[in-house]
Amino acid sequence: MGNAISVQELRFSYPSQSGEPPVLVFDGLNVNIEEGSFVAVLGHNGCGKSTLAKQCNAILLPEGGSVQVFGMDTRDEAQLLEIRRTVGMVFQNPDNQLVANVVEEDVAFAPENLGVPSEEIRRRVDDALKTVGMYDYRTHAPHLLSGGQKQRVAIAGVIAMQPRCIVLDEPTAMLDPIGREDVIRTIEKLNRENGITVILITHHMTEAVRADRVIVMSEGRILTDGTPKEVFTQVELLKSAGLDVPATTQIIYELNRADFDLPLDALSTEECAQALYDALKEVKA
Amino acid sequence: MLKDVTLGQYFPGNTIVHRLDPRTKLLMTLLYIVTLFLCKWFVSYGLMLAFLITAIVLSKIRPKALFKGLKPLIIIIVFTAVINLFYTDGRVLAQFWIFKITAEGVRNAFFLVLRIMMLVTGTFLLTYTTSPIALTDGLESLLSPLKKLRFPVHELAMMMSIALRFIPTLIEETDKIISAQKARGADFETGNIFRRAKALIPILVPLFVSAFRRADELATAMECRCYHGGEGRTKLKQLKYHTRDILGLLLALCLLAGVIVLRYFAL
Repeated sequence: MGNAISVQELRFSYPSQSGEPPVLVFDGLNVNIEEGSFVAVLGHNGCGKSTLAKQCNAILLPEGGSVQVFGMDTRDEAQLLEIRRTVGMVFQNPDNQLVANVVEEDVAFAPENLGVPSEEIRRRVDDALKTVGMYDYRTHAPHLLSGGQKQRVAIAGVIAMQPRCIVLDEPTAMLDPIGREDVIRTIEKLNRENGITVILITHHMTEAVRADRVIVMSEGRILTDGTPKEVFTQVELLKSAGLDVPATTQIIYELNRADFDLPLDALSTEECAQALYDALKEVKA
Repeated sequence: MLKDVTLGQYFPGNTIVHRLDPRTKLLMTLLYIVTLFLCKWFVSYGLMLAFLITAIVLSKIRPKALFKGLKPLIIIIVFTAVINLFYTDGRVLAQFWIFKITAEGVRNAFFLVLRIMMLVTGTFLLTYTTSPIALTDGLESLLSPLKKLRFPVHELAMMMSIALRFIPTLIEETDKIISAQKARGADFETGNIFRRAKALIPILVPLFVSAFRRADELATAMECRCYHGGEGRTKLKQLKYHTRDILGLLLALCLLAGVIVLRYFAL
C-alpha cells in the first residue's frame, strides 16, 4: 500500500518572540507513514511531536521540504479542506475541542462544515457514535461526561468526516486509567476494523507497545524507528533520550544486568510473565 | 456557590410547548411581550394570564421553577410598586405626612407588578422549554435576512452557542481556582466591598488566561474539523414549521388583535 503521509526534508521553525531567535524545530526531517498502519510517536517534551502532528493536516505549513498527505501537498490551499477532511486530529484536552453542548450536535459539527446533507449527517453521526460506543449518550451534555467519554466523543467527531488517517496528540494524557483504556481500544478498533491509518502521539509506553510501529523522536530528529520489539530493546538509547521503557522491559533489563538471560523483547505482560516463569523453572532445575 | 445559576436553564420534555419550533416560540414570546404592554384593564390582563397559564400547564414545567426565576427580581418589583403607589396623582384614598395613596396609584402599581411578573414568567417559559442550541438555531434562522445587510448572523449564533457550551466548563474552572486560592490562604469573605473586589483579582486573572488558552485550542480544533465560516454549512437538525407552529402563531396574533380591540374599549 502507498503512503498516507510522506514528510520530505521538512524544515520548520516557530517565529521568534520578543527579540529571541526563532526556534528551529525540524531541519531536514524525513518520515513516511504507510497507509493502514498504526504508528506510535514517542518523545520528550519539546521534541517536535505535536509540531509534526500539526504539519500533517496543514495547521502548520513547512518552511522547506514538503509534507504530502495521500498525494496532496499541504501547501496547496485549494485542497485545504480535503486535506483536513482526510487527516482528522484529536487533541489532548477533550474540553477544548468539543464545540456544541449536545453530544450528537458536536459530532455533527464537521459534516455540517463540509456541507453534507442532513440525512447523511444523521447517518454518519449515528455510525460514528456507535463505533466509539457513545450512542446511548447522544443527547447528553458533554460537560456531564467523564474525560474518557468526552475524548471518545471527540474521536467520533473526527470519524464523522470519514477520514483516512487520524492523528491523536496525547489523547490520553488527561484521562484516568479506565478512560485511557477505553480510548486506546477505540483507536485500535478504528485501525483494525475500519482500516484508518492511526498516528498516536503518546507518553505512555504501554500504549506505544500496542502499535505496529514506534517512532522515537528527539530534538526534531528521529532517534529510532521500528516495531515495538525493535525499539524497546534499545533500552540505553531510550534512556539517554530521557524516555522510559515499558515496565515489562524494565524488569527484564534489570534482571539481565543481574546476570539473567531473559529475552528483552518480551513486551506484553503475558510474554514477560512466561519468560520469568521459564527462567524460574530453569533456576529450580 | 456558582452552581445555582439559572440563566438559560433548560428543562427537557416532550410536550407540545417543547415541540414547537424555536422560531415560533421566539416570535410568540415577542408578540406576547408586545401584547402585554398594550393591556389596559382586567379583561385584557385576564386574557393574557389565561394564555400564560395554559402554556405553563401544557409545558408541564413546575410553577415552583418559574417562581424561583422571579426571586431575584423581587427588589425591582417592590420598588416599582412603591414608586407607583405613592407618586401617581389622582383621587386620594389615604394620606399621612407627605405620603398619599391614590386610587390610580393602587391600580398602576397592581398592573405594573402583574405585567413585570407575567413578562418574566413568559420569557422564562421560553428558555425553560427550548434548548439553548434550538434557541440559537432559531435566532440564526430568524435573523438570516439580515445577512443581506452583511450582518454577521452565523458568526453571532456560533459565538452564542460556544459561549453556552463553555459556561459550565468555566464555572467548574472558577470553582477550582477559588478552592486553589483559598488553600493558599486567600480571603474572599471578610473586609469591605473594595477589599472583596480586590480579592477577586487572583480569581479573574487565571480564569482569563485559561479562557484565552482554551479559545486558542478550540479554534485549532475547529479548523481541524473543517470549519470555514457559515458558507455552505448544513445542519443536522433542520428547522421545519408544522401545523402546530402556524396555530401557535395565529393564536398569538389573535391575542394581540383582541387586546388592541379591548384597549379601544379601555377594558
